[in-house]
Amino acid sequence: MGTVRVLVGTRKGAFVLSSDGARKDWNIDGPHFGGWEVYHIKGSTINPDRLYAAQATGWFGQLVQQSDDGGKSWNPVSNEFTFEGEVGTHLDFDDNPRPWAFKRVWHLEPSLSDPETVFAGIEDAALFRSTDGGRSWQELAGLRNHPSSSGWHPGAGGLCLHTILLDAGDPNRMIVAISVAGAFRTLDGGTSWEPINKGLHSDYMPEPEAEVGHCVHRLSMHPSHPDALFMQSHRNIMRSDNGGDSWVNVSGNLPSDFGFPISVHAHEPETIYVVPMKGDSEHYPDEGHLRVYRSRTGGNEWEPLSSGLPQKDCYVNVLRDAMDVDSLDDCGIYFGTSGGAVYVSPDGGDHWSSIVENLPPVMSVEVQTLP
Amino acid sequence: MIRVVLPYHLRNLAGCRDKEILLRVAGGVVTQRKILDALEARFPQLGGTVRDYGSGCRRPLVRFFGCGRDLSLESPDAPVPEAIAQGEEPYRIVGSVAGG
Repeated sequence: MGTVRVLVGTRKGAFVLSSDGARKDWNIDGPHFGGWEVYHIKGSTINPDRLYAAQATGWFGQLVQQSDDGGKSWNPVSNEFTFEGEVGTHLDFDDNPRPWAFKRVWHLEPSLSDPETVFAGIEDAALFRSTDGGRSWQELAGLRNHPSSSGWHPGAGGLCLHTILLDAGDPNRMIVAISVAGAFRTLDGGTSWEPINKGLHSDYMPEPEAEVGHCVHRLSMHPSHPDALFMQSHRNIMRSDNGGDSWVNVSGNLPSDFGFPISVHAHEPETIYVVPMKGDSEHYPDEGHLRVYRSRTGGNEWEPLSSGLPQKDCYVNVLRDAMDVDSLDDCGIYFGTSGGAVYVSPDGGDHWSSIVENLPPVMSVEVQTLP
Repeated sequence: MIRVVLPYHLRNLAGCRDKEILLRVAGGVVTQRKILDALEARFPQLGGTVRDYGSGCRRPLVRFFGCGRDLSLESPDAPVPEAIAQGEEPYRIVGSVAGG
């Protein structure tokens, strides 16, 4: 039986939660970087003790930290993100063009083959890569230079690149998602990109089925089925069975199709999890019942999972990077809330308990399964 | 030597126990730019935290105080007050009070 390490980014620092395979008794380590926002913290699958963390404040800007001992100690690496070539413009909230500017790192995605290589999704939306453990960053500028980029808008949280999916079988294939532009795919390692939003319908846009402009909240993919993609968008749960060439709505019987995270079971590629919120005006669970929904059919048919979760007066949110799974034999599901709780279900969602409560608002949850 | 007071978070990032550090600044007239260049040379991890990488300008919520004055809006190449240049008064880097 292995162990698990849960990496939690919050509004006021990072926490490392660890347990044995039973996932009942937990050690809580932190806060690291106390007082700083940690949008994301994630470990390498090749070297699990190599972690990367995105740390920021409005006062002192962005830092990137690296650990080589599983989060016991940290070293700042480069925080210099310089756009390649000409810096164009995107649209601002008022529809006026605004030059691209670095604001923060939203997501760090370690390579699946090299612990020294890590990708960073930033605001304003762009993709960077480091091949030296974060000591320097280079932009994969083909994405920002896509012909549609001058028309990208920020969402309420900013114009952010928040999702990076890597394909273990094809290192040249990557999929990213941008709020608010949509999903994009490269098949040549990031040199060229194509929007993959066919089938999305966004009735808040003047052209609801436009090629770009969709508010994609999160993408997820099972590593053994890289052509099967799942999406939590602003209005629907979508799936693609052709690597994003087209999407179909699988919201089915969900009580609400609004939410942020979406995750796939570690051993069942057709079992997916979402956390519906009442709607885009509230961002909290309907009637105060915190429920994860599970589909064992890859969408359309959903069942509520509430055993052990608050079912009264619960008005928290679960952000896009704040849910993940472990890969123990009995797959564990984890999520963190804006109320500072982190929950675990060690049996695929049937039963839940809180690992910790009263942390600062949780921004991200990433799970490492260790030998 | 120039005395520099760092805010709490940058002190932690720099690994400084003391609130005040001493910096040797290149010869000639002492300016804010020279002080900040010397600070970042000694503590590279502070790069980008006080001044924006792209523009080289002060980050919006960082202020510079000294000798009872707000030096934030003065030219980075203007001489700092003599008491700072002589090490009699500290050059203070401050995270603005913000957030309500």
